[in-house]
Amino acid sequence: MSGGVIHNYGTAIRSAFEYLLDRYPEVFILGQGLWSPWYVGNTMTDLDKRFGRDRIIDTPVSELATTGAGVGAALAGMRPIVIHPRMDFMLYAMDAIVNQAAKWSHMVGGQAHSGVTIRAIINRGGEQGAQHSQALHAWFAHIPGLRVVMPATVADARDLLIASVCCPDPVVYIDDRWLYELTAELPPIEERDLALEGPRMVNEGSDLTLVGSGFSTELALRAARQLAEEGVSCDVIDLRVLNPLDPGLIVKSVTKTGRLLAIDGGWRTCGMAAEVLALVSERVPPGALGARPARLTLPDAPAPTSRVLEELYYPSVRSVRDAALKVLAGGTLD
Amino acid sequence: MIGPLHMLGDLADPSKHQEDLEIEGVAPDTLVSWLRSMLSIRMVEQHLAAMRREGVIGGPVHLGIGQEAVAVGVSEFLSPSDMVFGAHRSHAHLLALGGSIHGLFAEVLGRDTGLSRGMGGSMHLWDQPNGFYGSVPIVAGTVPLAVGAGLASKLRGDPNISVSYLGDGAVEEGGVQESLNLARVLGARVLFVVENNLFSSHMHISLRQPSDSTARFAAAHDITSEVVDGNDVVAVAGAAERLVGRIRRGEGPAFLEAVTYRWLGHVDWREDIDVGVARSAVDVALWKARDPLARLERAMVTAGLWSGEMRRKAASELETEIASAWGRAAADPWPPSSALLDRVYARRAGSR
Repeated sequence: MSGGVIHNYGTAIRSAFEYLLDRYPEVFILGQGLWSPWYVGNTMTDLDKRFGRDRIIDTPVSELATTGAGVGAALAGMRPIVIHPRMDFMLYAMDAIVNQAAKWSHMVGGQAHSGVTIRAIINRGGEQGAQHSQALHAWFAHIPGLRVVMPATVADARDLLIASVCCPDPVVYIDDRWLYELTAELPPIEERDLALEGPRMVNEGSDLTLVGSGFSTELALRAARQLAEEGVSCDVIDLRVLNPLDPGLIVKSVTKTGRLLAIDGGWRTCGMAAEVLALVSERVPPGALGARPARLTLPDAPAPTSRVLEELYYPSVRSVRDAALKVLAGGTLD
Repeated sequence: MIGPLHMLGDLADPSKHQEDLEIEGVAPDTLVSWLRSMLSIRMVEQHLAAMRREGVIGGPVHLGIGQEAVAVGVSEFLSPSDMVFGAHRSHAHLLALGGSIHGLFAEVLGRDTGLSRGMGGSMHLWDQPNGFYGSVPIVAGTVPLAVGAGLASKLRGDPNISVSYLGDGAVEEGGVQESLNLARVLGARVLFVVENNLFSSHMHISLRQPSDSTARFAAAHDITSEVVDGNDVVAVAGAAERLVGRIRRGEGPAFLEAVTYRWLGHVDWREDIDVGVARSAVDVALWKARDPLARLERAMVTAGLWSGEMRRKAASELETEIASAWGRAAADPWPPSSALLDRVYARRAGSR
């Protein structure tokens, strides 16, 4: 693409903030670490200097009140963005997210909506352990009323953030520190309607369907490249919008390939991969499956700290590739 | 300034403060308007209690009979562009702003014409055109939301304020402490109104907190506060006028503790004198003698502003209005079945 701007995933997020703050006076951002260089990577550098500390608010250590204030400010006509630099700490804010933001529209008969955007960062690895590593997107995808967004690409990091903030509904936008070094040349910004966004095919093949979201999509893409060299061609579907989840593309792909491997950076039980397997088993025509659908997820255990255990814990390009070959051979992953 | 060991003293003693209100200096029209508003709220809630007892209302109703003076006194200084947030016991908060009795009844009956279009019932009320942004039954759930609304006003530089109604139980939630601190640090234009009726659902405040005065938390967060007899509408209004004025001038958040008592139990029509500790029939009787409505009415009769005949006429008109509103609400349509899914998001996915 000519005339585009080179971004990495982190600066793409920052460019979305700049766009929103420039264009919409009702946008403001609050959360912990926003005036600090080390909380949110390169995604918010110097926004406070450019747009002022009235609009870029580094808050007290109060996740619940801060998130609730975002919910209330949205009801009052603002477009707040609440930042949680690490998803684990956001659990203090569950009432504001799950009881208030998610339910407001329905509770009041669709007459008001809390258009707050809650940005949650998955920040794991590096021997950080159980309370500094969680990827809880499936929890939030379980809640009617929340839109849950996970950008896997540089373009989506920017464009889905803008779409989230422009959306009248509450959105949980989840980005992943493991993606921050991805780079791409981006075209000029065009606003998108989040209600019209959904899963996207990011690689086309015929032997097997890989489905992921966020960093899992990146793993699937890398594994698909390796598998291609081994003569296996894969559809790779990036979920992008986890809730409400549009099943159409996944069903179409699995009906074609007859084989499914869902990859997820969350836990197995009641997780996002389980949802993908469920919707396929409900919708794909009988006889269309050539192999048992499978899921590659975190094991059902908290994140370890020790490096050796971490390597076992997280899916990798290698483990995705191995799992894909097992599925193709008709085996199971257990 | 209220210190951390501040106690309510006489304000929490139902044998005190039973005298007629001091109404000198308040405009007669204002007094009549307060009296009518309190009477209306009480009769509406008495009607709801009766209908719940008869089983006509399907869901729980949390009634605030005996607490009417708080919402009426505070609302005197609010306009429809202000942003009021309530909790589980919020009928009075809504009605005192001018909310529709029919809209409330239709909501409690789950009808499409209800204030929340039949999706909320008694515990999830919405009347934004009158400044009532919403109430929810999660204790303290709306307190941070009100801070955010008050922050929005500050960021926009408009004079509107938000009001957070909460109870003495809610201050035990961590989110309230966070919210007080956040409001103070960010200069949110919010008035916290604690209706301290001395009880959480079933436990007296003496069993839950080391002091019976919640205003000590305002002091801890350097927020200006006043503590008043919540059964004295003149006192509530006086404090509200001062505090609302401060907030509108951009002098930061404020905190009003209004000491009151609910005549009925936590939920529905019963008095609940057999649950909890220190809620005795004797206390309930004493608090009924400290009636915010009767104390105002007696003072107005003495001043020649009100009479038994006026009371009978006002009550009779309200009875007619309530019966008519209830009759219409009970005949109103139910929400369509599409409401179940159509109201989850502003727009359903894939549709414009």
